[in-house]
Amino acid sequence: MAIVTNHEAETTEDAVVPSSRDDAALKADGAAAAAAGAQAAKTRRGALATSGSPLVRPPAAAHLSDEQVAELGRELDAIKDDILAKRGASDAAYIRRMIKIQRALEISGRATLLVSRNKGAWFAGTTLLSLAKILENMEIGHNVLHGQWDWMRDPDIHSTTWEWDFVTPARAWQHTHNDLHHRWTNVVGKDNDVGYNLLRMDPQQEWKPFNLGNPLYNAILAPVFEWGIAIYDLELQDFKDGNKSKEALVKDLKALGVKALKQFTKDYAATPAVAMLTGSGKQALYGTLTANAVRNVWAHAVIFCGHFPEGTDTFTEEMVEGETRGDWYVRQMIGSANISGSKLMHLMTGNLSHQIEHHLFPDIPSNRYAEVAPKVQEICKRYGLPYTTGPMWKQVGSTWAKVFKLALPGGGKA
Amino acid sequence: MIRLRKLARAASVLTTPLAPEDILSLFNPVFSARQLRGVVTRVVAETADSATIFFRPGRGWKAHQAGQWARIGVELDGVRHWRSYSLSAPAGQDPAITVTDVGAVSGVLVRDTRPGDVLFLAPPQGDFVLPEHPRPLLMLTAGSGITPVMSMVRTLVPHRPDADVVLIHSARTPEDSIFREELSELADQFPNFKVTHWFTGERGRVDFSSAAVLDELCPDWRHRAAYACGPEGFLDDAEALWSAEAAAAAAEGSTGSEAGGSHQPEGPFAADPINLIIERFTTSLAAGAGHDGGLVTFEASDREVEADGGTPLLDVGEDAGVLMPSGCRMGICHSCLIPLRAGHVRDLRTGEVHGEPGQLIQTCVSAAAGPVNLDI
Repeated sequence: MAIVTNHEAETTEDAVVPSSRDDAALKADGAAAAAAGAQAAKTRRGALATSGSPLVRPPAAAHLSDEQVAELGRELDAIKDDILAKRGASDAAYIRRMIKIQRALEISGRATLLVSRNKGAWFAGTTLLSLAKILENMEIGHNVLHGQWDWMRDPDIHSTTWEWDFVTPARAWQHTHNDLHHRWTNVVGKDNDVGYNLLRMDPQQEWKPFNLGNPLYNAILAPVFEWGIAIYDLELQDFKDGNKSKEALVKDLKALGVKALKQFTKDYAATPAVAMLTGSGKQALYGTLTANAVRNVWAHAVIFCGHFPEGTDTFTEEMVEGETRGDWYVRQMIGSANISGSKLMHLMTGNLSHQIEHHLFPDIPSNRYAEVAPKVQEICKRYGLPYTTGPMWKQVGSTWAKVFKLALPGGGKA
Repeated sequence: MIRLRKLARAASVLTTPLAPEDILSLFNPVFSARQLRGVVTRVVAETADSATIFFRPGRGWKAHQAGQWARIGVELDGVRHWRSYSLSAPAGQDPAITVTDVGAVSGVLVRDTRPGDVLFLAPPQGDFVLPEHPRPLLMLTAGSGITPVMSMVRTLVPHRPDADVVLIHSARTPEDSIFREELSELADQFPNFKVTHWFTGERGRVDFSSAAVLDELCPDWRHRAAYACGPEGFLDDAEALWSAEAAAAAAEGSTGSEAGGSHQPEGPFAADPINLIIERFTTSLAAGAGHDGGLVTFEASDREVEADGGTPLLDVGEDAGVLMPSGCRMGICHSCLIPLRAGHVRDLRTGEVHGEPGQLIQTCVSAAAGPVNLDI
């Protein structure tokens, strides 16, 4: 109620005029929309149970009682509330600074590529542009599209308006990522991020001869990762299974076509065309190709470290049936893995190196994950839950080991 | 301009998914592809708790008419807040708002605004503006209600020798009276402008219960087009007086007496409530009153918030980080309309509960009456 009284004080400020808008016209609009909106107020689908337990609690958490899980949920809620209370001007300044740095890298990199006939310029331009693209996708794009900065109410930095330098259209990605992946994290059969419909990444997934190519597919996927994600976001499997309408698919295809054309034109036509003025057309093209490939390989590596290293769990649908808030938190923690490293490393991964914290609280500002991490780790320790983390080389090695191992039949834990 | 736009479109091939403006904003904060901005050029303290803020708007701003207002977006601890402020600068000059510190947003504007700061803007609007044709005018203002009228006075008085303006401005004390010196100077300089400073600390509130005060300060007030701007009670009293005079005049008219006499063009306006143009500050909301509230679902944004029955849905959405359209925040400008998908809302001005699916809801004056689904 404090907000209300404050607001009323505010509205006594200078002044406004009686409206002369035509109410009849507005009513007509309303009537047109009425047909579409004829449904009763409803509670949200997928709301979590407030008490009880899932049919089966995951093995790593089987030792916890319902009450302990509920208490763990309350502790994590408190951590989130603490961050939300602190969130303010310094966080806003952080994201604006990141955006400025990224844009400066982007234009200086692209400008340098315009004279990339000079080898030094090619190397510098390609490096700058690679860094710009990595920052743009990881620390800025991914996190803005999660709504981490929506609280600022700045339409320039908002999950509903942001578009990123990545082939897949932001809206399509938000659906498969924010909604499906984050809700159903690592539930085999519900979270298609387990292998992206391409790789066999879990022993629960039935082995087919096709899976022999696991390492090959993964090696091909890495440098063209953005296209892999773009195709993945079309949800072709859902369309085949009849769970996605043709209209929806056509709409998504059109959006992807437009986006891909713009991306393609920028990096592979417009930039080299301008560079031709200095005779650097071909070199500029190699530069943008390299920058996109570098970003793709990096993003692929970071993202695979999120849920595939040794120590992360996958779940069955029974384990989410009747899941409470606390159980949902538990699943996010034991299904994700962190990457340890320097501040710069955290930044370049878009703070996905704090994958566990990100999955607990997908929409708190990314600059706050580092602050949350020790508290989450302490909770895991106290409740006897695994908290998987390790340096980048080790985690990448671990995911590749899994890619190879699961190319062959079986592969379940001994 | 057209060439610039073509150039921008060509440049966007290289900047996609950003717009060229997003890149230019690195060098000049006024540039934005999405929202109008202005840079503060000067801040002038008016009284202890008010200040005038001059700003240079970016592309997309349109020149204001005297008396109009604009929505101004300010950041408080990283969060954007929008409020409406009357423009006090004369028409034809760079815009300026005069703000009195009465709340969190206005407080920050008055105390912390510095030249170089960026303000977020919406183009000026409002129909509290000067008449199209010259007419004798009576201005009634109280407190910060002087702001839009100041723009009118500055526009009219120095430039139009045929203007005929009487201003009665009410403030608590001389120190609280915004623009007091400038008004007095204008009155000294221009015989076509008369100002009465009415200090409520000395004389009490201007009494509109009878015509006595107006008869004394401006004997020909019935023959003037009147503009009033000030707090709710001040305007209600003025409105009541004008209505009463109109009724009396109508009664007199029906008994055959001829009102207005030779001034036929102005005559019909005399004591006609239409002749009083009002600029309101606020609308009293029937907040709270123990009514319902409920779960508010912002469908497109995929947000859910438990709201009480006294908080406008606009505030509920903003607090949840939803990009809510907003305007006057008092239920008159219809900038905040959002289609209702399901549920009922309470109109906080009247207490009336209503809601049909598809109906456009004024979120600034509507609160949840039970669960509500909004299409945003």
